[in-house]
Amino acid sequence: MTSTSDTTPTRRGATSATRWADLARNPLVGPLAALVVAVVAFSLITDTFLRPANLSLILQQSVVIGILAVAQTVVILTAGIDLSIGAVAVLGTIILAKVGGSHGPEVAIVAAVVTLVLVGLVNGALVAWVHLPPFIVTLGVFTAMYAATQLYAGSQVYPVDKGILTWLGTKLSAGGLTITTGVLAMLAIYLVAWYVLSQTAAGRHLYAVGGAPEAARLSGIRSGRVLVLTYLAAGLIAAVAAWAALGRIPNADPNAYQNANLETITAVVIGGTSLFGGRGSVLGTLAGTLIVAVLRNGLTQAGVDNLYQNIATGVLVIAAVALDQVSRRRVQT
Amino acid sequence: MLGPRTTPRSRRLRRTLASAAACAAALTLAACSSNDTGDDADASGSPVKVGLITKTDSNPFFVRMREAARETADDEGAELIALAGAFDGDNEGQVAAIENLVSQGVKGILITPNSSTGILQAIADARDAGVIVIALDTATDPEDAVDATFATDNTQAGVLQGSWVKAALGDAAPNVAMLDGTPGGTVDTFRHDGFLQGMGLTDDSPQIAAQENTNGDQTKAQTAMENILSAHPDINAVYTINEPAARGAFQALSDAGLVDGVTVGSIDGSCAGVQAVADGEVGATVMQFPNEMAALGVKAVVQYAANGAKPSGFHDTGAQLITDHPVSGLDSKDSAWGLENCWG
Repeated sequence: MTSTSDTTPTRRGATSATRWADLARNPLVGPLAALVVAVVAFSLITDTFLRPANLSLILQQSVVIGILAVAQTVVILTAGIDLSIGAVAVLGTIILAKVGGSHGPEVAIVAAVVTLVLVGLVNGALVAWVHLPPFIVTLGVFTAMYAATQLYAGSQVYPVDKGILTWLGTKLSAGGLTITTGVLAMLAIYLVAWYVLSQTAAGRHLYAVGGAPEAARLSGIRSGRVLVLTYLAAGLIAAVAAWAALGRIPNADPNAYQNANLETITAVVIGGTSLFGGRGSVLGTLAGTLIVAVLRNGLTQAGVDNLYQNIATGVLVIAAVALDQVSRRRVQT
Repeated sequence: MLGPRTTPRSRRLRRTLASAAACAAALTLAACSSNDTGDDADASGSPVKVGLITKTDSNPFFVRMREAARETADDEGAELIALAGAFDGDNEGQVAAIENLVSQGVKGILITPNSSTGILQAIADARDAGVIVIALDTATDPEDAVDATFATDNTQAGVLQGSWVKAALGDAAPNVAMLDGTPGGTVDTFRHDGFLQGMGLTDDSPQIAAQENTNGDQTKAQTAMENILSAHPDINAVYTINEPAARGAFQALSDAGLVDGVTVGSIDGSCAGVQAVADGEVGATVMQFPNEMAALGVKAVVQYAANGAKPSGFHDTGAQLITDHPVSGLDSKDSAWGLENCWG
């Protein structure tokens, strides 16, 4: 999809040059091109990359960060940022494991969803109604949630019994391709988020609140409510990510996913969503998530040291933001 | 190293020579034929791929382990692919690393697991795919989730620290502060219990004045020791989970003017830690041998690729007491020896 600033339909009879310019301005083009280039390059460099088993592996490895990155995208589209999302998801895994052990998996899922939505509500209320900067609010919630998780877990790891708590790890085979239900869940969440953001009034409002808050206020959009709902949705998505995490590793570890916040921001930024709000898309974020996973996997296949992989990811993030700045300037002139 | 694609040719050559030598040596065995009929990676003459997954990239212990693995791999004509988790507790990162290594056809994976249980499924999948998995430094739970474990016997290392501290105290009644690592950590528990065993104490002995968790972090250890000293200025013995914790303890003791008369013991054998022993900041440390773990691991994988022989069980890579104040009845080396053999 495209953001509000790019939705002008191509004029009938526009020259091909303008069409190309329109295309180049579409924030989805960069990330998709990068993804294609990476896939082609690794297919040529290594003999193992293009195997169906390996490709499905990349999808499986993207599930948890990919789902969390949807939450991060909607928050960033409102010109906010969620530094708590990873820690909140980890709290979700511990709730699922502990409550699941004592009260059964159904109760655990309800408990995790309710708790994480409440945390989202707290984030949203502080940002929208107390007018605190999202950076500060979510940083504080991150610190508090990390500690609360450690306390609740007693600094222990909880293995999870199989069943619906690990259901999102169920493997589905079709031909040579093996994917998990978690992969399908991730794709479904992207689809829903794309639909809501681009095809509904609520989605348009969210873009407006992030991109042009004053105009949004003047046109009667209730910004506060939009913001609260956004953070609330982020909490809900984090609960799904927590569930998916247990599908991937049937073990709730309070020390896990410490870098999840940064990894989601990386995926969002590489996916072409502007950190200044109002511009970008979840489909870009999906591409961003996959680019990072493809890089990790492909560079490993090519025998490149871990630390060089981190350098590559870092360079990519800076390049993506630079690209955003350049195209933003072009839009303004 | 950004150009690893420039090296396979020479590695391939060395690998071919090495396997030829191995075949010559094993002429009477079926090893060569099984090698020839082995999978296509071997038949095409590419080097044996060995994966190494450490807990993190940054810890000097793992840096030394990675260097030793690379040196051994070069000697053996194998190709080493080193990966790591992003932080202590990064199970997802380690699982992805295992999957990626299996996907590219490694013969064996050497891993220092972040969580002794979190990655068991990925390890099982790897072993099902015909890859041998060897735990280095930290055992899995259960231990037979991997083919073999090459590690320090951490209980024994703790016993050595405890025995030395007890002997160094002489006739003085012990009044002990324990600077532990992370609650629930297996290595942490083994060392803690070993120390008490060496001291002849138990967890509820009145001789233990205080206990704090430091996560093995120097700053946290210093804060913990400062707090302990303000409540118990008469501490005369300190257990530390590792050398950064020991240096933190020394800083606190020195700020409080209590260095004399307090015996500090530690474990690890890093060069900075041994230097602290040489400088008299730490009384004794117990050296581990990460290079030994890595070298044995790489050799075991190469061996497996050559003739299908799998290692099994727990291999103790040794623990050496390092001190300039030797006590009778305990084998120890001085800090000069330690500085020659330290890691990091």
